[in-house]
Amino acid sequence: MAELLVLPALLAYGEAAVAYVRELRGPGLAGRLAIWGVRLGWLAQTALLAGQALAADGFPWRTWAGSLNLFVWLVVGAYLIWGCTPRYRLLGLAVMPLAAVLLALAWAGGGTGFGPVDRSGAVLALHVGLMLAGFAGLTLAAGMSALYLWQERRLKRHERRLLRVRFPPLDALDRLGGRAVAVSLVLLVLGIGVGASRFERGDFDAAMAATGVVIAFYATLLVLRHEGWRGRRAALLGSGGFALVAVVLALTHFAG
Amino acid sequence: MKLTLVGVSHHDAPVELRERVALGPRAASELAARLGGEAVVLSTCNRTELYLARDDHAEEVAVETLTTLAGESGGELEAALYRLRDEAAALHLFRVAAGLDSLVPGEGEILGQVRAAYTSGATGPFLDRLFRQALHVGRRVRVETAIGESPSSVPAAAAALAQQVFGELAGRSVLLLGAGKMSESAARNLVSRGARIEAVANRTLEHAEELARKLRARPLILGDIAPELAIADVVIASTSAPGLVVGRAAVAAALRARRGRPLLLVDLAVPRDLDPTINELDGCFLYDVDDLEAVVTETLSGRRSEAARAERLVADEADRFRGWQASLDVVPTIASLRGLVEEIRDRELAKAGSRLSESERRQVESVTSQILAKLLHLPTIRMKEAAAAADGVVYAEVVRHLFGLGERSPERAEEERS
Repeated sequence: MAELLVLPALLAYGEAAVAYVRELRGPGLAGRLAIWGVRLGWLAQTALLAGQALAADGFPWRTWAGSLNLFVWLVVGAYLIWGCTPRYRLLGLAVMPLAAVLLALAWAGGGTGFGPVDRSGAVLALHVGLMLAGFAGLTLAAGMSALYLWQERRLKRHERRLLRVRFPPLDALDRLGGRAVAVSLVLLVLGIGVGASRFERGDFDAAMAATGVVIAFYATLLVLRHEGWRGRRAALLGSGGFALVAVVLALTHFAG
Repeated sequence: MKLTLVGVSHHDAPVELRERVALGPRAASELAARLGGEAVVLSTCNRTELYLARDDHAEEVAVETLTTLAGESGGELEAALYRLRDEAAALHLFRVAAGLDSLVPGEGEILGQVRAAYTSGATGPFLDRLFRQALHVGRRVRVETAIGESPSSVPAAAAALAQQVFGELAGRSVLLLGAGKMSESAARNLVSRGARIEAVANRTLEHAEELARKLRARPLILGDIAPELAIADVVIASTSAPGLVVGRAAVAAALRARRGRPLLLVDLAVPRDLDPTINELDGCFLYDVDDLEAVVTETLSGRRSEAARAERLVADEADRFRGWQASLDVVPTIASLRGLVEEIRDRELAKAGSRLSESERRQVESVTSQILAKLLHLPTIRMKEAAAAADGVVYAEVVRHLFGLGERSPERAEEERS
């Protein structure tokens, strides 16, 4: 029965995604409905994950669909850190449609059920958790970059409705995007460190190589930011890097 | 308790009359204390209003007070005065707090002025409730609608644009090119939002010094601005120069030192001071006066549509206040009813007192108290609900009649005889 918690979560995320689009007409009721949709959906998903964790005698999100379920929860949780502030609410426009679609995929793939017990142990659980949290952070950073490029375009084109829609400030999007990347890199490195304790010769595969490329890419991005590559160029790299993240996630966590 | 409002505002009173009846914060507070009962005096440059909560002669007292303040303009005052009562007065205050009665709908300053009037007024339970709700309405309208967000002038639009780029302006530095009125107005808008005016550059240093002194900035001549372009976050240009003052090359050179920090340039001059192609540079956002006027026109139309939403919110809140005020009419009846049943209970307990042990007496007291509370709960709620409707007074009268409230009970009469 607790498996049905995915339905209110999915419904609330979907409602939030639609409400964020309506919020583009101007701040008001739609924005509040959106953020409450995110909050309630996230609580429902938290309860679902807690139920899955309690029902399993190990780490219940090893399948690709299970990982996707956990990943969505982490992305939405990270969004909620900023999204509750009216000024940053529209960040949800970049996050919630993706979250709703991915959760629907996880549900369709059976990742939201109370399935067979997996006895992978705490080390693997920590490794997967940290890696997914890191990738969730990078996803959020990509969302911020996309929003930066949109807002920058509106400012450059002198849009008449510029002040009618409450977008996050351009400079703040740039700064927060950089911080999200930095925190995500730390999480990824920690995740790899934890995973390395069980690493054996011959285990190295394409997924690990792709993860290494992602880390190198974002580390380079941080160095470039430090050297003055901020604003548009950093946003282009940040949103482009998401393609790499998607490939790595597909290879490491969501592939079969 | 009746609410009375008497006042004058920018709608009907010219500035000469408004300034006669205007009061400073201290004088307004002293007047509120002198008026007697519950009183609040709201006095701003656009209005002076007296809010009184009392049952007798409130309107006469308020009119007399304002007439005295108006002095020789007393005759003119009479034509401009408005007098509102109860729900209409509450609705008016809520509209004022929401900025809907202001010259520019949604302006934010009025909410602080209402708060100041409330805190310095002679308030009791009635006006306390009214003004708390008014402040709530003012905040609610600003949070739930976008009425207060859109700028209503070109300088304000420039400041709002800066917030779109930088968010909080605290600590952001501004470079002013030109020392005229337009530059000063834009600078003051930015300063009011936390920005710091770093330097004022002008063709003649003398004029730059004058404005720089007012804004606590450094004076410069226009030829020395190149290093400032690398530091400033916002550049406001409003010189009377016949041609361009800052070219694309100068800004491009400054960008190298800025390490990717965005730069907002606002050109308020006609003919323009800044090369329009600066907008093509990475990280530079250039707005001229036409761009800003287009934004203001758009946002003012937005304000009007937001004002309609705000009016609905205000009407809802006024309705709530009316319900609360009407419930006050049945409060004496409810209090009498509760007093009567408590009296009966006490009397019966006293009669039975000698037959009960101490613990039994406590138990009986507790049980009877609970029974009475449960018995009276629903009638109390129903009476308050009915009070908000037209037949509220009838309900109260029926209850008074049925329970003989206000009459001497036979038991009490017997006790008195013995």
